[in-house]
Amino acid sequence: MRIVLDAVTKQFGAVKAIDDVTLEIVDGELLALLGPSGCGKTTTLFAICGIHRIDSGRILFGDLEVSGLPPQRRSVGVVFQSFALYPHMSVSENIGFPLQVRKESKAEIERKVDEVADLVHIRELLERRPAQLSGGQQQRVAIARAIVRRPDILLLDEPLANLDAKLRLEMRSELRRLQKETGITAVIVTHDQVEAMSMSDRIVIMDDGRILQIGTPDEMYHRPSNKFVAGFIGNPPISFADGKVEDGRFVTEGLDFDLPDRIKKASVTAGQNITLGVRPEYLQPDFATPIEAEITFIENQGREALYDLTLAGGHVFRSIQSGEPICKLGDKIRWGIDADASFFFDDQGKRI
Amino acid sequence: MSSHLKTWPLSLFLGIVSFPLVLMYVYLVIDTITVTPPGSIIPEKFTLEDWRFLFEEATGRRPSIWSVTLNSFILASANSIVIVSISATAGYALSRLNVPFRSFFLAGMMVLHAFPTVTLIVSIFLILQMVGLYNTLIGVILVKASLLMPFGVWIMKGFYDTVPWEIEMAGVQDGASRFTVWRRLVLPQVQPGFLALGVFAFLDGWSEFILPQVLAPSSDVQVLSVYLAGLIADEFYFDFGLFKAVGLFYSVPVILLYLFFQDKLMNIYGGGSKG
Ligand SMILES: Nc1ncnc2c1ncn2[C@@H]1O[C@H](COP(=O)(O)OP(=O)(O)O)[C@@H](O)[C@H]1O
Ligand SMILES: [Mg+2]
Repeated sequence: MRIVLDAVTKQFGAVKAIDDVTLEIVDGELLALLGPSGCGKTTTLFAICGIHRIDSGRILFGDLEVSGLPPQRRSVGVVFQSFALYPHMSVSENIGFPLQVRKESKAEIERKVDEVADLVHIRELLERRPAQLSGGQQQRVAIARAIVRRPDILLLDEPLANLDAKLRLEMRSELRRLQKETGITAVIVTHDQVEAMSMSDRIVIMDDGRILQIGTPDEMYHRPSNKFVAGFIGNPPISFADGKVEDGRFVTEGLDFDLPDRIKKASVTAGQNITLGVRPEYLQPDFATPIEAEITFIENQGREALYDLTLAGGHVFRSIQSGEPICKLGDKIRWGIDADASFFFDDQGKRI
Repeated sequence: MSSHLKTWPLSLFLGIVSFPLVLMYVYLVIDTITVTPPGSIIPEKFTLEDWRFLFEEATGRRPSIWSVTLNSFILASANSIVIVSISATAGYALSRLNVPFRSFFLAGMMVLHAFPTVTLIVSIFLILQMVGLYNTLIGVILVKASLLMPFGVWIMKGFYDTVPWEIEMAGVQDGASRFTVWRRLVLPQVQPGFLALGVFAFLDGWSEFILPQVLAPSSDVQVLSVYLAGLIADEFYFDFGLFKAVGLFYSVPVILLYLFFQDKLMNIYGGGSKG
């Protein structure tokens, strides 16, 4: 179902947890809410499911405004960060609970519980208690409980944060499979950009209660709207260097090169403060715009190597190259930047 | 096995320290069913003479032990039921709901709990007399329960505090009303607390002396503690053997309850670990 948030604001005392958020979630998509801790992701989720009453704005499910409806009357399945299984009930009782409070018949409940248990592969765990399950299994139960009554939308709050690294990878594809198989509209909250990039159809980046950018993972990576988004997305992260525009050139200590034509056309004025952003893959030994620096850090990851380059002026850039390291710590090198693929941000942090 | 090895010095120490106590209890039991000549500690012959009170009808001097026991039982059970049922709801409200004056209530409860009962006894006596509850069990129950109430509410609030918020959110999200969430999802998790508090309140009511002594002294509403005290208050007819036997009779339910519920009772002090 299509979900619309229209200028939604939620305050806790003086803190604006979400500030004028407008967002459309398309039917059947998996949307990731991405942002640093405390930026209002959980609050947004709880506003959608009705646990938090919003202070202003509207929330629509399809054409129905639900802003005033209590959680019980919105058809939303939620997987909580701590999974929130009911410890005194068996797995099948946990999953059946939403149906039971709707007074469905025993046979019907049993049938639906079995069906959803098959879907999330926990058929053999139905008689156990939550305490007897591993983290990954608990999560599957929580998901089963959230989708057993076929809600309009599924919300997941940091679903992978409480799992260990290996399981996280497994659940990433598992969640995606479930969402595809059921065709349910889903919102997944995460502070991990790799998760967001790899799982979702679209990403919403939030900071400080506001939405900074909405777009596909690809757009986020290649066309970030501002410096925050560029810095948040990408691993290893982008490197920034503050500088000035002088005579159609980007100038900073230790670096001076001709700005690409698209930047020159975008009415930058001489003397304007401007920030350069270079992703590690756009800094390579044979790229066009020369950069002279000293290697101050090397991390050999086997398949690829990570380098820190420190310029004469103190700016640090990162480079990632496949294969074994090609130089040693302390080497003076002359590599190049792909200026066309690099980003430039104005003094407000907006990408030019 | 290895843990036994490590703790045996501790067990030995505790054994030695508590040996005199055990000896006293054992001797109390032996003493009530034997005759011991004055000046000796070795019993001479077996007798159930001291336990005859169990079969005595009520006399002018003393009510029957069974009616007194029943009164004690009513007082203890009613105390337990009232405390548990009110703490169940009040504790939840204070832990979870946005009630007005919440912090005022919490602070007030601490003060109330610290208030010595004896200082209130005269005014309580006057009030009961005025409302016509003097010399009734109901009066004692109401006063006893309300004095223990702050403690009960406070303890239950502590237990509710340990139940994660997200469980309630999940319940509401699953479509259950707030009441259903409380009854089906939250209550089962604080159940150890209820059991502990219920037993505690029962024992507390069972052992209460000063309130029934002052507020319900007449023989038809007498409770065991008052009955027992009456035995030694009697200057002309002082039966030490009877006093010991009744004392033992009075403490048997306490010991039994304790044996049954000792690990549950520890929950109160453990701050609500989930069983
Ligand atoms: N129940 C609450 N009461 C008061 N402040 C809250 C509450 N929930 C969240 N906040 C505040 O709102 C902001 C956003 O919180 P949250 O949505 O939980 O962030 P995130 O999930 O992105 O880490 C934070 O500053 C947080 O302290
Ligand atoms: Mg959160």
